[in-house]
Amino acid sequence: MPDVQSTVLEFVNKLRKRKIEGSQATAKCTVELLRSVISQQRVPHSNQASALIDAVKAVGEQLVAANPVELAVGNVVRRVLHIIREEDLSLATAAMAGLDLLDASDDDDDGNDHNCKGVGYMSAAVAAAAAARSTLRPPSLQTLLEGTPESAAVPYTSSSGADSESKTADKSSITRKLKHDVIEGVNHLILEIAGCHEQIAEQAIEHIHQNEVILTLGSSRTVLEFLCAAKEKKRSFRVFVSEGAPRYQGHLLAKELVARGLQTTVITDSAVFAMISRVNMVIIGAHAVMANGGVIGPVGVNMAALAAKKHAVPFVVLAGSHKLCPLYPHNPEVLLNELRSPSELLDFGEFSDCLDFGAGSGSPLLQVVNPTFDYVPPNLVSLFITDTGGHNPSYMYRLIADYYSADDLVM
Amino acid sequence: MGAQKKGGGARVVSDDSEEQSRQRLQAILLADSFTTKFRPVTLERPKVLLPLANVPMIDYTLAWLESAGIEEVFVFCCAHSTQIIDYLETSEWHTHPNLAVRTIESHKSISAGDALRYIYEQQTETSQIQGDFVLVSGDTVSNMPLADLIREHRERKKRDEKAIMTMVIKKSKPSPITHQSRLGTDQLFIAVDPVTKQLLHYEEDKVDHHARGGSVCLDKSLMESNPSVLLYNDMQDCNIDICSPEVLSLFEDNFDYQHLRRHFVKGVLVDDIMGYKIFTHEIGSSYAARVDNFRSYDTVSKDIIQRWTYPYVPDINFGGNRPLKVGRQGIYRACDAVLSRSADVGASSVVGYGTKIGNGDRILNSVIGNGCSIGSNVVIEGSYIWNNVTIEDGCEIRNAIVCDGVRIRAGAVLEPGVVLSFNVVVGRGFVVPAYSKVSLLQQPMKEDSDEELEYADSSSGTADRLSGLSLEMESKASELGPDGAGYIWEVCEGAHDEEWKHSVAPIPEDKLAEIAQAMDDDDMEDESVVPTSGELKSDADSINTDVNDPGDDYSYFEKEVEGTFLRAVEEGIKVELGILEINSLRLSYNMESADCAGAIFYSMMKHAVDNPHSSASELFKNASNIIAKWKGLLGFYVKQTDEQIEVIMKFEEMCQETAKELGPLFAQILHVLYDKDVVQEDAILRWAEEKAGADEADKVYLQQCETFIQWLKDASEEEDEEDD
Repeated sequence: MPDVQSTVLEFVNKLRKRKIEGSQATAKCTVELLRSVISQQRVPHSNQASALIDAVKAVGEQLVAANPVELAVGNVVRRVLHIIREEDLSLATAAMAGLDLLDASDDDDDGNDHNCKGVGYMSAAVAAAAAARSTLRPPSLQTLLEGTPESAAVPYTSSSGADSESKTADKSSITRKLKHDVIEGVNHLILEIAGCHEQIAEQAIEHIHQNEVILTLGSSRTVLEFLCAAKEKKRSFRVFVSEGAPRYQGHLLAKELVARGLQTTVITDSAVFAMISRVNMVIIGAHAVMANGGVIGPVGVNMAALAAKKHAVPFVVLAGSHKLCPLYPHNPEVLLNELRSPSELLDFGEFSDCLDFGAGSGSPLLQVVNPTFDYVPPNLVSLFITDTGGHNPSYMYRLIADYYSADDLVM
Repeated sequence: MGAQKKGGGARVVSDDSEEQSRQRLQAILLADSFTTKFRPVTLERPKVLLPLANVPMIDYTLAWLESAGIEEVFVFCCAHSTQIIDYLETSEWHTHPNLAVRTIESHKSISAGDALRYIYEQQTETSQIQGDFVLVSGDTVSNMPLADLIREHRERKKRDEKAIMTMVIKKSKPSPITHQSRLGTDQLFIAVDPVTKQLLHYEEDKVDHHARGGSVCLDKSLMESNPSVLLYNDMQDCNIDICSPEVLSLFEDNFDYQHLRRHFVKGVLVDDIMGYKIFTHEIGSSYAARVDNFRSYDTVSKDIIQRWTYPYVPDINFGGNRPLKVGRQGIYRACDAVLSRSADVGASSVVGYGTKIGNGDRILNSVIGNGCSIGSNVVIEGSYIWNNVTIEDGCEIRNAIVCDGVRIRAGAVLEPGVVLSFNVVVGRGFVVPAYSKVSLLQQPMKEDSDEELEYADSSSGTADRLSGLSLEMESKASELGPDGAGYIWEVCEGAHDEEWKHSVAPIPEDKLAEIAQAMDDDDMEDESVVPTSGELKSDADSINTDVNDPGDDYSYFEKEVEGTFLRAVEEGIKVELGILEINSLRLSYNMESADCAGAIFYSMMKHAVDNPHSSASELFKNASNIIAKWKGLLGFYVKQTDEQIEVIMKFEEMCQETAKELGPLFAQILHVLYDKDVVQEDAILRWAEEKAGADEADKVYLQQCETFIQWLKDASEEEDEEDD
């Protein structure tokens, strides 16, 4: 355990100091960390699921607090929580199917709260099983409509009392299996995050056509892979790269595109509107996709989206599933921005005389705002391309409901 | 290496390559500024624990060191050491996985030099400085990366054993009016070799530039030994140094080194016996500054709020601080702060946890700490309110620092530049005059050597004294109104004028106008304006001269000789004594006797020309008189033919250049010299031979003397004949 604790601390530290950049890298680190948390977590005999959920939540809260701006952390934590709940559910369903319905009223003399909950889940699972849903992933829309299973489940627990010896043994095997299954599920998630670029890039050929002009902004690995995949399929097209001031990540993207043999043009951010009439499609990578279909992307993206709207150019957003955030941006707590150092814009030495507070009124007359992100409302987005295919902005909430359980939305 | 060898036989120096590969990155953090600039606040709390935008300064330093990859930091505590150690033990640094924080405690040290000597002596097997280390003070705020800099330092050290220190500098223009940096420190002049970045000159200019006329004195040898020198006056010393272990041993060897810059850096620059070198590193986009005085406290706080120190800003939890939420216009607010709807919290402000702000308050450019309660209709502008401060209704606070636990009663006014130390109470409606410093503790009376410390006594007594004082306070009418508590510290004479420089308050308009006026007057006298920075290249030919430019030295020598000669003439000194004096000059300037002869003759002729005369004949008379009188002196140096030729050449040169009046008299004076046996016949003849092949222009004097030379030739032939 201590080593997990120290790796958690180390990761928290990195997040705080803003040393990990990019949502994919963050997501990957987070999920790997959570996997080790789960595998190291010693689980009690009864109610494995809630113990695991508590452990993951505790770590997750720390991670989210360390860098609330990086939404991918929260997303991944919620995904892992969802996996635990699902695995628990499917195990319970399987157990129910094997045993008698009578088992549902199994017991627990110690009758602690967690156990009640566990029973609650099981009862819910029974209900679900009764509804003849044999799929491992029950429709989350229904779960949402049902409300929280806990509250729904409480009445069922009243019928406890009877018990049997065989049950406990059975349970421990179930729990051991639960942990195993959860880790399996998390491994799947890791593969999914690692492979999201390829998944998205596979669809490139359907979207990019011969002799088109594509505009992109900032630097996104997903966009790079997407464009290169189209190039590999012998599509010939041109790419305009908006440089993405003040960090000029567009320059790096242009370099890589040229290295892979694409026709590339670098333009300033302010030239986006002037160039948009020559562009057939705008493709950008997102920092996060909100539940309403809004996008948080690199600064300047809203301007590009508005320009695209004005000229009726399709505005396409590429996002791996770890970028889908189950929160709505109307909550100001969620719509965070990272204000970085003014030194990216201005040379301190040159402007040091403007910042001399000894003279004049003593109040800083020169203010520098250097936000990292921009919000694009859903009505400006034409299409989302995720690893599961293309979606409309209005469909995002549904997609998100598949990935997360309603219980975890507020951590 | 020097340090380790000297450190005693106990330690074994491990294999060099092994050591290089795995050297822990270490830092020494001086948690004591060894100055009194933050008094009276530092009488009760060490400077490094003072909050900067609600986070103790030392947290900024440690967070930066940690993220820059430092693995072990030695915190040297002196004043209030127990407070610092207690703080560190309860903070998250104590259990930090990547950064080992070790404290070193000493009560005897009164300067940075003492501290380093103490650390050097106290090194043990387990805690020691193994290699290059970073030397900073606990009030440094920075976000610069150190790894590359340390690597650069090590590589330079490998190439050049003598490169013991790398100093970090940052461009920052000083104010054109006050000649002060934005951090309130004096203007800094440094000279750097543009290629190697070696530091050649370091001078902190006190602002009395009226006296100096804004000039900088550089050693001439600096220009000689370096083909080009870059001079800066727009650099700021970040007080971050990468040091090799030799630095510690240098401090040990030079027990009079106290101040890091004034003594150590200057000492190393001047000392050419050891030949140690200091290099500079200029940082571009990163931030680094040291909180040295109240002015820099204000400036650095504002830089933090403006996010130049990113990621060490109030909305990021970087060192155990509770992050605040950042809103528009750079307003940082704790989530549980209670703001009245009618309160106006303006741009660039920070409001801490648990703070209540009342109706109609106006807060601008200010930092308000945790747990403060502020009444209604209070105006706070450009001020720093620390924790648990109570401000009652209708107070006005402008550009002040208010420490923990202060109570400001209704209607009181703090004028710009006021500093209220811990737990002071300002009475109802009392106006605290500008620049006053108020404390519950009385001002130490004597200005003795203890002044160097942040505190007067041992750290233990503070609490006792406090309680004692509060009793005393009740009996005595307070200086802060009838219901107030605290002493207003007197500003010592002389420092009074300086007060505005280092205060949190901006410099008042009238003061600026006054300085600008004074400067204009200066400019009238002296039009020369020194450019901000420029490259001075010494001429190529002056570098090429191998010996220290003999022409230059000779002219000095000539002047000295002339002076000596004139004194001899005036005071009627005897010839022998004159010889003695000139001999000593000759030795000190390392001159040939021919040079002496030339110089003496030059002085004599010059004297003759300078003497009043109306006609050429009178001048001739003067000259011959002088020659007659001082031929003994001249004669002493013209024993050889070569020396005599030198005299003639010199004479010729003079006639051509400096004393043209003598030109027509050349032949006559030469004759006199011959008569007086100063110049021998051989010399004149050989001079004539040498000149025979010269240009026509050079032959003017030869022609003038033709008859004389002819006569000499004939005479010698006759002699020859007679001899035969």
